[in-house]
Amino acid sequence: MPDGEPVVDFATDWDHTDPQWVNNPYPIWEDLRERCPVAHTERYGGGWFPTTHDAVSRIANDTDHFTSRLVVVTKNKFPPNSPPAPVGPAPPITSDPPFHQIARRLLLPAFAPGPINALEPQIRALCNKHLDAQRGRDVIDAGSDYAQFIPPGVIAHMLGFPPEDDEKFREFVHLVLDLIDLEPEIRGPMFEPMAEYFTKQIEDHIANPRDDLTSFLLNVEVNGSKLAPEHVRGSMVLILVAGIDTTWSAIGSSIWHLATHPDDLARLVNEPDLMPLAVEEFLRFYAPVTMARLVREDYEFDGCPMKKDDWILLGFPAANRDPEAFDDADTFIIDRAVNRHAAFGLGIHRCVGSNLARLELRVALEEFTKRYQKFELDESSGVTWAPGQVRGPRHVPLRVA
Amino acid sequence: MKVTIDADLCQGQGRCFSIAPNLFGFDELGNGVVIGDGILTEGTLEQARLAQSNCPEHAIFIEEDR
Repeated sequence: MPDGEPVVDFATDWDHTDPQWVNNPYPIWEDLRERCPVAHTERYGGGWFPTTHDAVSRIANDTDHFTSRLVVVTKNKFPPNSPPAPVGPAPPITSDPPFHQIARRLLLPAFAPGPINALEPQIRALCNKHLDAQRGRDVIDAGSDYAQFIPPGVIAHMLGFPPEDDEKFREFVHLVLDLIDLEPEIRGPMFEPMAEYFTKQIEDHIANPRDDLTSFLLNVEVNGSKLAPEHVRGSMVLILVAGIDTTWSAIGSSIWHLATHPDDLARLVNEPDLMPLAVEEFLRFYAPVTMARLVREDYEFDGCPMKKDDWILLGFPAANRDPEAFDDADTFIIDRAVNRHAAFGLGIHRCVGSNLARLELRVALEEFTKRYQKFELDESSGVTWAPGQVRGPRHVPLRVA
Repeated sequence: MKVTIDADLCQGQGRCFSIAPNLFGFDELGNGVVIGDGILTEGTLEQARLAQSNCPEHAIFIEEDR
């Protein structure tokens, strides 16, 4: 089927921007898991979608046959001026070994539990600021009035960007992660304002160095040399893009779940000690992030004749619903004790920001459920889900009084 | 009985030190480390098993007494 046409059979023609998939992918994945379990498409220049936990895990851990050079499926596998493997355009997520480890080690200390846990009071204050702004309202949008504001504020602080630019950040994220179906000649020029913005921030940090990740990346030395300018810029783009609508989606999906499952909301309000287990189950059940790989050379995987430069869409959210890997995989169990979920990926590309994401999700849910002990979905306006590789509700209209 | 983390398998998923902070800590990169000698008692074995069964990378090992 040509790009943009509705999908008839996801097994041979999957498209993660198809409205059926965007609105409710879980029955599609269940069907594919039983029938395939690695689905194929000719769209986007050709690609594969493994649906079992086992296949996702094996591919995520196989950096010999699969490269991370590009991790977002678009119609352009060879964007102009994009650094080749093993560096890729946004190190370390787009990097392969051995360079990957160098780029990753630079970022890990800033995202380790110590420095991240120190941000908790600031995140709590940010949540309360946006909850305070809703005072007196009977209907609020937990997506556009709350969830969308939490991660950009924290990431702006870490990168040393003006927090009032958060609307711009969301536009950049929308371009990178949502507008993936556009033709390259239309999409390419849309990156110019984003490139200009990063140039401005880099110039400002060169003129006024300060204690943040941007200055760190500009000044850090590896084996006596500073990082290449495109490495600095690529890592900054990664931190901004990966740090925003991922966690925003997780917060939104979790609140949407509580709004539509009053028993779970009541339990969480009455037993706040359940929060750590609940957070892991929200992450399993509504894992927002799917990442891509490219096939390095022609390779047969589980009987699938994969061709060089075919996309692999690594369905971590599908792996999290695999009944082979989880008891009652399609049931949300708020106090699930054994939960080996793959929401942050598996293997060497485990989400660098996972400690931050967990903290933001936990604090955002704690403050929200302290403020509103009862709420339900306002059925008069709709919930809209973001398309593409980061799935979450953009609008979660709630009746809170 | 003794609990260990295979540093080559650990990717810093962070589950062990959240579930059993008395048994596991983390290094400056955020990877899991066993606190002390990792010797388990009747009281801590259950927690170690819970951490093991939640590690997405299967990086935690419990050496049973023979």
